[in-house]
Amino acid sequence: MEPVALELRNLSVYYGAFLAVKDVNLAIPRHQITAIIGPSGVGKSTLLRALNRMNELVPGCRTEGEVLFDGMNIYDPRVDPVEVRRRIGMVFQKPNPFPKSIYENIAWGLRINGFRGNRAQMDEAVEGALRAAALWDEVKDKLHQSGLSLSGGQQQRLCIARVIALQPEVILLDEPASALDPIATLKIEELMRELKRDYTIVIVTHNMQQAARVSDYTAMMMLTGEGERSGTVIEFDRTKTIFTNPRDKRTEDYVTGRFG
Amino acid sequence: MTRKILDQQLREVKEKLLILGNMVERALLESAEAFRRRDLEASRRVVEKDREINDRRFALEALTIGLIATQQPVAGDLRLLAAVLEIAGELERIGDYAKGIAIINIRMGDSPQPPVPAEIAMMSQKAADMLHRALLAFVNRDTEAARAIPQEDDEVDALYLRIYRDLMGAVIRDPSAIEQVNWLLWAAHNLERAADRVTNICERTVYAITGEMTEMDATWDELEREDSGLPRPRSPF
Repeated sequence: MEPVALELRNLSVYYGAFLAVKDVNLAIPRHQITAIIGPSGVGKSTLLRALNRMNELVPGCRTEGEVLFDGMNIYDPRVDPVEVRRRIGMVFQKPNPFPKSIYENIAWGLRINGFRGNRAQMDEAVEGALRAAALWDEVKDKLHQSGLSLSGGQQQRLCIARVIALQPEVILLDEPASALDPIATLKIEELMRELKRDYTIVIVTHNMQQAARVSDYTAMMMLTGEGERSGTVIEFDRTKTIFTNPRDKRTEDYVTGRFG
Repeated sequence: MTRKILDQQLREVKEKLLILGNMVERALLESAEAFRRRDLEASRRVVEKDREINDRRFALEALTIGLIATQQPVAGDLRLLAAVLEIAGELERIGDYAKGIAIINIRMGDSPQPPVPAEIAMMSQKAADMLHRALLAFVNRDTEAARAIPQEDDEVDALYLRIYRDLMGAVIRDPSAIEQVNWLLWAAHNLERAADRVTNICERTVYAITGEMTEMDATWDELEREDSGLPRPRSPF
């Protein structure tokens, strides 16, 4: 197994009194793609958002346990959540570019994160991020057009570029291709394979074939506990194993489509 | 959530595999019986029937590949279909062994000596019986049976060894019989190989059910023992 990027220890997430995600222990390998799969309402997105303290923006949401990142618990009171979210970036289900130019979509995030370079250095940073997100060739002649003028797949890659520009170590993707057509989806998947050279990637997906195609490791979540209302990770293994010979009967039932 | 379409097609695949297996089983028995009786007409029918075995094997493969392409089976379903592809190939080869015996009978023509050893029929019955039970183990997901059947291969090997020794004796007594002995030995060898392929079917059965890939062929272990007295099981032809 590869070195660990994020280590989840007894991680639980509550919405008020409701235990949404229960007691997850997981070591997410570095520079690999880890997929989180499981039925709707099992807490996949909640778990993902717990990995960069995004849940704190949800009123009444509370997290227990630890997420170790670079030897430090990201929930330690001394840790700055804004810095956590820069180093562990997130891309959402629906592409959400700012209503600004393509260029500004990237430059703005850099500036508020304290970018001090001159115009040429900014140009360079914007180009680098767009290249890394496999978008440069498509937008280099219209950098000052609105980000919203792009197609859905391009918008999503712009959002990935925006995250990459901040030089994170981990990228969290929450159903990044669910609003895209099959070709745009494949482009995002290809991009993920390229990005894993430099980043650790965690992706939540409803699409099991996508998890099978794109990820190296898969975490299977299922409802458990009293009344089966809380989600937890019931199996974690190499994706190949999950899709050829899972250990848990519930995983087998889910990936073969016989769940429930 | 259910997989009605997939489940129905998986049943169809298993049924077609059983039909193919049944044809191959009959081919083994009929070719050995025709050989015993030196019935050239019956042997011709076995040769003719082999075409249908081959066609059915291709049809089963096409059905299975179509299912993989359209239903995206994974885990146990995928292992089952991967095993079906392998097993269909093994059945086709066993069918070829049966056809091989039929062709030997036809080629030997009217030459009467030495007689077809009685063990040939015994070998074909044993191999056909093992095949029958191996396919039942596959469709019934019976790992216990699938692990036990390959051990019976020793009985087939022992029959082969008896034929081998008797025929060598016949050659020593009458060196002019060498060509006929070669034909007979070849026929016996086909049956020995047919039983080995049943072992492969059992291996695939265990894989389909458990995901475990294991070699079950004990012949080679035995061959490594110097005192085994077994001839090398590879055909010199």
